[in-house]
Amino acid sequence: MSQANTSIAERLKINTNLARTILVGFIADQIAKAGMKRAVIGLSGGLDSAVSAYLTAEALGPENLLAIRMPYKTSSPDSLNDADAVIKALGLPSMTIPITEMADPLFARFPDMSERRKGNVMARLRMTILYDQSVPWGGLVMGTSNKTELLLGYSTIYGDSGVALQPIGDLYKTQVRELAAALGVPEQIIKKPPSADLWQGQTDEGELGFTYAEVDQLLYLLVDERYTIDEVVAEGFTREFAEDVWRRVKSNHYKRTMPNIAKLSQRTIGHDFLYLRDWTT
Amino acid sequence: MRLNIGMAQMYPKLGDVRANLERHLAYVDQASAEQVDVLVFPELSLTGYQVQDLVPEVAIRASADDDVFRALLEASKRLDIVVGFVQEDSRNRFHIASAYLAGGETLHIHHKLYLPTYGMFDEGRYFAPGERVTAFNTRYGRVGLLICEDFWHVSPAYLLWLDGADVLIFHSASPSRGLDRGDRLGGSRWVELVNQAYGSMFTNYVIHCNRVGYEDGKNFWGGSSIVDPNGEFVTHGRYFEEALITASIDLNELHRTRSRLPLLRDERTPLVMRELTRIINKMESER
Repeated sequence: MSQANTSIAERLKINTNLARTILVGFIADQIAKAGMKRAVIGLSGGLDSAVSAYLTAEALGPENLLAIRMPYKTSSPDSLNDADAVIKALGLPSMTIPITEMADPLFARFPDMSERRKGNVMARLRMTILYDQSVPWGGLVMGTSNKTELLLGYSTIYGDSGVALQPIGDLYKTQVRELAAALGVPEQIIKKPPSADLWQGQTDEGELGFTYAEVDQLLYLLVDERYTIDEVVAEGFTREFAEDVWRRVKSNHYKRTMPNIAKLSQRTIGHDFLYLRDWTT
Repeated sequence: MRLNIGMAQMYPKLGDVRANLERHLAYVDQASAEQVDVLVFPELSLTGYQVQDLVPEVAIRASADDDVFRALLEASKRLDIVVGFVQEDSRNRFHIASAYLAGGETLHIHHKLYLPTYGMFDEGRYFAPGERVTAFNTRYGRVGLLICEDFWHVSPAYLLWLDGADVLIFHSASPSRGLDRGDRLGGSRWVELVNQAYGSMFTNYVIHCNRVGYEDGKNFWGGSSIVDPNGEFVTHGRYFEEALITASIDLNELHRTRSRLPLLRDERTPLVMRELTRIINKMESER
């Protein structure tokens, strides 16, 4: 916590009742606009999917949210148990679909595959399962990404980012944790170190090289408050940390936007064919 | 004189003018049953807010020749209504417009003066700005009408006050933003503070109708309210929920407040004009 500042931490705190009201309403609205009543969610056992499940269950009724656990053989047993705690607490219909037998043939074919590549394959397999199950279930695929990871690009494109809606995408990780406590998410999920659980012993903070408390405060100043790098350095962050984080935000912007379409005609999708996603008729 | 105000804190369906017209007429029925005298709908209540490339499709002409407008004129024989829509003018310019309709007639049309084109807003891309701000007479007294960003600027409300408006009707499609620890969103807090300031500084009634619902990820916060000439809330609707909010206001309160606090009497309009002229001349000479 060398670079965390208590006054910025105070500014990051949220009125959880307001957040809950707006986000529960958002989920109900998006599902209804799709002409549906149901949703499907991948439950990892972590904080983000737990909070998303609580909000979705409140919006749609727990009977309308299908929770799917998709462990790989190296996934931590604690993750499965924590996901199960959410399923039990909310009374969700659920499935467990291990991805080991789907992933291993591809991994065997490319023995040099890095842990990162394997992690991305797993994330995309989970996306494939969620979209497939969403058809017989008749629901949309819930996104569970938070603002910190969306900004840092700490996600797999077309993996965990392949979803229909992102209810908690404007909440930093520390704010998700604050909301989790208000929603009654089980204590062990709120307290454990965040992890993508792609390999044994992995933690987000270990892999990123900084804590969420630090980076959330930095991002809050740079993004929400429009501080310059010089101004965040004046607030006590090191220039190296600030520049490294901002470089990461910039280099991952492609994950937050649709692929560019080369313009040729008078009217081109993505350039001057402008309608909301909610444009439904 | 007491006056019953209704605020239809509705959720317009994006781009579906027919469906929204039906909703308006249902609110008119409900408000009539509750003896409402003036029923205010939100900004762009007939179309939804982020119409983007739908603008030419959802635009209507503000005349009895248009089916939708005629239905609203007909409804205004039952009670006065303020409705928000996209208006196409005779030369095919599109405005964010608001009409005050009463007794089957159009008493006033206001074109949004300030089109926010910054941050999440992109109105200047699609719409032409209004060029006039005038108060107008109704059977209930002289009224001024503004749309959302118009009242984020102090000058339109000030001009309406000087032009004789004792009741300011504001309506909005104000997106929720600024979540912090506070009891309200930062955006709601700001709007409510300025509305209370207008009530206090102009010793006027300020009616504000804001929509609810969602468009893409944006939520609209509702919380429609009326501020009295002392700057206090007469009524304050719930946030986020669709509702018809009604309240009775006592126009004699203008007499009582202004007897105590003669801000209007003491306002020095010619001084403002002299100084404005000086400032404009200075700006011109510095160009």
